Amino acid sequence: MFLGRVVGCVWSTVKNRNLEGQRMLVIQPLTPELANTGQRLICTDCTGAGAGELIYWVRGREASYALLPAEPATDTTVVAIVDSVHLKSVAAPEPPAPAAPTPAPAGRGRKPSRKASPC
Amino acid sequence: MLIARVIGELVATQKHPSHEGRKILMVQPLNLDGTDRGVALVALDAVDAGVGDKVLVVTEGFGANTSVGRLLQPIDMAVIGFIDHIDLLPGVC
Repeated sequence: MFLGRVVGCVWSTVKNRNLEGQRMLVIQPLTPELANTGQRLICTDCTGAGAGELIYWVRGREASYALLPAEPATDTTVVAIVDSVHLKSVAAPEPPAPAAPTPAPAGRGRKPSRKASPC
Repeated sequence: MLIARVIGELVATQKHPSHEGRKILMVQPLNLDGTDRGVALVALDAVDAGVGDKVLVVTEGFGANTSVGRLLQPIDMAVIGFIDHIDLLPGVC
């Protein structure tokens, strides 16, 4: 799921029959600090969220499960209206604590990883 | 699955019934060296994780549904474990 804000509404008259009666919202993805990030997208809605509301949405096949009797052709659905986000800044993200100073190979892991995937 | 750190919690009153009774966590995916990787995600909690915990997050529907114990529900991410330690080959990071 991803955090976002409703910034608009999409109207479509000619569409897949399963999508009839479904609301479609324009969503702006947000960071946890509520700053805009990424590109806007269209989501179907199962909560009745309105413009300006903070929400989170589900992506993938599970998006259609939220509207199960209809099971419309959708890949993103708004599933909750967020009342508040409680962030707690963790002071130090787990200090490495090199208890036993082993002779590690030179240059081990100080460079920022450029890999898209860690594995 | 992703390595992530729990950075906060969401409060949502109006939500899909399948999300009721579970904590809604804000998690930040991490690289192997512990730095942030990409945008933060929202995941349901299946292991009673809290803020600051380093956790394992499943980001696919079936895994998330089964770990939360609710099949055919709109849940695509769940926290499914704690990470105590990661062993790597020398030079891998």
